[in-house]
Amino acid sequence: MEAVQLTKNFGSFAAVSGLNLKVQGTKCVGFLGPNGAGKTTTMKMFTGLITATGGAALINGVDVTKDKKAALASCSTLIETPEIYSALTPREALSMLCEIRGVPKAERRKRIDESLGLVKMTEWEDKRVGSFSKGMKQRVNVASTLLSDPEVIILDEPSTGLDPRGMAEVRSIVMSLKDRLIFMSSHLLAEVTEVCQEVAMIDHGKLLVYDTIENVTAKFAGGGGAVEVGFTRAVDEGLVSRVSQLSGVQTVTRTNERHIVVRFDPNLTARDKLFEGIAGLKAGAVSFEQSSGLEDAYLSLIKETL
Amino acid sequence: MSTKARVGSLSQIGTITRYNFLNYFRARRFYVMLGIILLISLLLTVLVGYYRPVSFLGIPGEPVSLAVLGFYGAGWGGFISLVVIISAAFFGGDAISGEFQNRTGYFLVPNPIRRSAIYVGKWIAALAASTIIVLIFAAIILANGLYYFPGNVPWQFEQSVAFAWVYLVAALSLTFAFSSLFKSSAISILMSVILLLIVFGVIDTVSSVVVGIEPWYSITYGAGIVTNILSPVFPPHMQTQSFGSVLGGANRTNARFEVTTFNATVPEGLEILVIYFIVMALLGLWLFERKEFTS
Repeated sequence: MEAVQLTKNFGSFAAVSGLNLKVQGTKCVGFLGPNGAGKTTTMKMFTGLITATGGAALINGVDVTKDKKAALASCSTLIETPEIYSALTPREALSMLCEIRGVPKAERRKRIDESLGLVKMTEWEDKRVGSFSKGMKQRVNVASTLLSDPEVIILDEPSTGLDPRGMAEVRSIVMSLKDRLIFMSSHLLAEVTEVCQEVAMIDHGKLLVYDTIENVTAKFAGGGGAVEVGFTRAVDEGLVSRVSQLSGVQTVTRTNERHIVVRFDPNLTARDKLFEGIAGLKAGAVSFEQSSGLEDAYLSLIKETL
Repeated sequence: MSTKARVGSLSQIGTITRYNFLNYFRARRFYVMLGIILLISLLLTVLVGYYRPVSFLGIPGEPVSLAVLGFYGAGWGGFISLVVIISAAFFGGDAISGEFQNRTGYFLVPNPIRRSAIYVGKWIAALAASTIIVLIFAAIILANGLYYFPGNVPWQFEQSVAFAWVYLVAALSLTFAFSSLFKSSAISILMSVILLLIVFGVIDTVSSVVVGIEPWYSITYGAGIVTNILSPVFPPHMQTQSFGSVLGGANRTNARFEVTTFNATVPEGLEILVIYFIVMALLGLWLFERKEFTS
């Protein structure tokens, strides 16, 4: 997969701006960035759902904009949370895709059985999709990406809508897919760390970094440590400011309503004093968790969430 | 990795048609449409059987050939336009917009298939489902006709059924074009119905009666051949009726108020419908090719 000066403008807003990225080989590449960074837009350009304003999106050397049929011949995709014709059963929906994708007739039944088996939907294969929950539909969507034994798989947040067991199963499926290139966006950094070997990070439509997870972590996670602190109440600016003033603290980043990530001096030896300091603020701190290297790198590279 | 054959677009059109037809056939709307047709047919059957109106069964002593034409003109000709319009709107109105609104396009489009193959496949499926509805209505009218006039089916009825099918083809192209234009299924269905049921009718009237211009650009004008063919004498292409003296202005001159009505001839009507089919099919496809799946 190669993006060459790939650009997408929506009016005056540049969703993706001159993106250059080449991923090749057989591995899993995580595609990371905050909301609105251009991840899904990039993936949609690679799958013909939207047309690039400029540049090229190449799969196996074929520009998707110029010949989508040839470009996607060995590529399967899962973008956002597709819906399936509600009156069809999973078996029928997957049969339709098998026919479109040219899976030999003799192999179709076996491939559908295997795919549905992998996502634990065999029991539901002859029920109409219209009666399924969002998670069940997403399982069928995941199964659809496995049907034609593709060389390239593009997954846009494949765990969306799945329960924790479903998420774990998708991770396990992705990890089991050998000898192909998987390009996967996700907001779950733990999932990316577990599944992927490389990461590409974009923000404001521009590529920030593309490297192995080890290299990205080594370069951008910083030498210091980081902990994620959970609170019983919403974190406000005052609390962020008070934590920032504690001895040894370098930066404080609010990750969601009740969590902050505190990066601290690598030379800080008495970490227990820091934790005591946060607890001493009496702001309802209830959890301290070691922040992952990738998360640390992500927070270091991406300063804003929008 | 398994060996995969490159699938031709024609084969993919066949696949899309088959599964979309299956989806239509199992969907509630097919049975709602069928229910509407059966209700119209049942009402016609019961009311004609009970009241035996002369508009359907003819005046006693009238030649059978005229009476039978009157039956098909009133029963088939009176309702077929409505059946065609509702079928086209039901099956074509959201065929493309639904792919965006319901997000089914995210399942189908990111595959090695041209959008044109999806469009054509869906169009054929919608045509097949609508044709079944029209044919069921034709069969019920025919059964009634054979009951009242055994062994007597006028050739005009056969032609009218064929013209109705051509109208259906053109109307479906129009509704598909609207479906490609809008992302909301409700709006595209509503716009199709309003346009075919009301707007084109108003255009036809205003154009001919007020301005005196033949509405050759209107699909419903072309579709007039579906009912006109069932008239004992095919209506003249152009007819001007004068209405007495009208006081005009201060000079009280004797002005005549004239109303011109136009009727498409059979070749002209077919030409209009075929042109609508081609232009609207290409417009709809062009719109669909350019439409983007943005959330």
